[in-house]
Amino acid sequence: MNREYIESGILELYVFGVLTEEENKEVRDMARQHEDVEAEILSIEKAVIDLSYTVSPELSPEVYHKIRLQLIEKHAGVVQMEPRKSSAASYIGWAAAIVFLFGMGYQYYTYNEATEQAQSASASQRGKYDQMVASLSKENTQNEKALGIIRAKSSSVVTLAGQEVAPNAYAKMYVNNEKKEIYVDIAGLPEAPEGKVYQVWALKLNPITPTSIGILDKNKVADNKGIIAVDNFDGAEAFGITLEPAGGSPSPTMEQLYTLGKV
Amino acid sequence: MTQEELLEQIYKKDSKAFNSLYSMYSKSLYGVIFNLIKNKEESEDVLQEVFVKIWKNIDSYNDSKGRFFTWILNIARNSAIDKLRSKDHNKNLKNLSVDNFVHILDHNATVVNKIDAIGIREFVMKLKPTCVRIIELLFFKGYTQQEASDELAMPLGTVKTQNRNCIKDLRTILEV
Repeated sequence: MNREYIESGILELYVFGVLTEEENKEVRDMARQHEDVEAEILSIEKAVIDLSYTVSPELSPEVYHKIRLQLIEKHAGVVQMEPRKSSAASYIGWAAAIVFLFGMGYQYYTYNEATEQAQSASASQRGKYDQMVASLSKENTQNEKALGIIRAKSSSVVTLAGQEVAPNAYAKMYVNNEKKEIYVDIAGLPEAPEGKVYQVWALKLNPITPTSIGILDKNKVADNKGIIAVDNFDGAEAFGITLEPAGGSPSPTMEQLYTLGKV
Repeated sequence: MTQEELLEQIYKKDSKAFNSLYSMYSKSLYGVIFNLIKNKEESEDVLQEVFVKIWKNIDSYNDSKGRFFTWILNIARNSAIDKLRSKDHNKNLKNLSVDNFVHILDHNATVVNKIDAIGIREFVMKLKPTCVRIIELLFFKGYTQQEASDELAMPLGTVKTQNRNCIKDLRTILEV
């Protein structure tokens, strides 16, 4: 009887979600009672999940980050602080008020002394602020430079998607064919471990030939705030980034392919 | 991980729940959405909406509504269809572009997923043309049996059994 039920084709329609509510319940009840029905449903489901997975275009890791941010950080439940009042609490309140009053007097007394100290301290503070302003304005120039690269009319962007070793990693290439400049933004890559560097490869596809266009050592990474100039390469068809030993490698270590993207 | 284990994580508000949900279903849902919308950016927006809806409405899911995958599949299809309507795609859903999932498979595989898609792709191409149409309507577009029967000018019962045979072929290909 189960065989006949299974062969009727209703289980497929159940998995596809195109049955009525009543039919749904009927199939669910059958599945609960009969293991072979349940097993059949699972196989059908697996087949269509695989099928739709296969026809899906590449899904950029940014989407993952965007959705995660929206769900976890914005929609996460805010814990409500329940105001709790007890007589003990109000005593503590009054006691605190009295202590506070005495405190105010003492504060006023120490205030004068503190002002004097502050005046001498402010000279050394000012030095620190000056340094901060200098480093901020340096940072600002770097950011403006980065924005300029991104905004340039002749720049085209290639997003490199995370690969097996780092599915959530990503990187972007900015290719400016007019100025013959290529930049890489590796803000979406994890920090390279000690003794390792990221190396950027330009690829020709038929046959696949990688050419190194930059080794992103520590100094470069720090100075450029993530947007780094690499060697120009005319007619690149894809870009990839691998993790290599310090100093780079003559050819990419495929097991350490972090990101890859087609132009 | 099974659907039941995933649901348990979600109900417990386990911090890993989102990652599990995303890694198990995002790409399949994106495939379904893209098959309807045929525009990557818009499909990404819809996928995001779908995850928000799943997350917000998870308490309303129970198995009388069908499998969990089926529930989220319906959310994905409906959101994609809403999107199409909102853009004044005044074409009736049934008159959507003739492209079907096999075309998408052919045109969209990138370097990255080409590598793992290539095997299955060849096989999926071997599905009979009738099967491509039936699966396209019933699974990807969510047609009811009646609607598919009208569209394909095929008796109601035949739609159901044909579809069964097509999915059997697919399972042989995929070995599931």
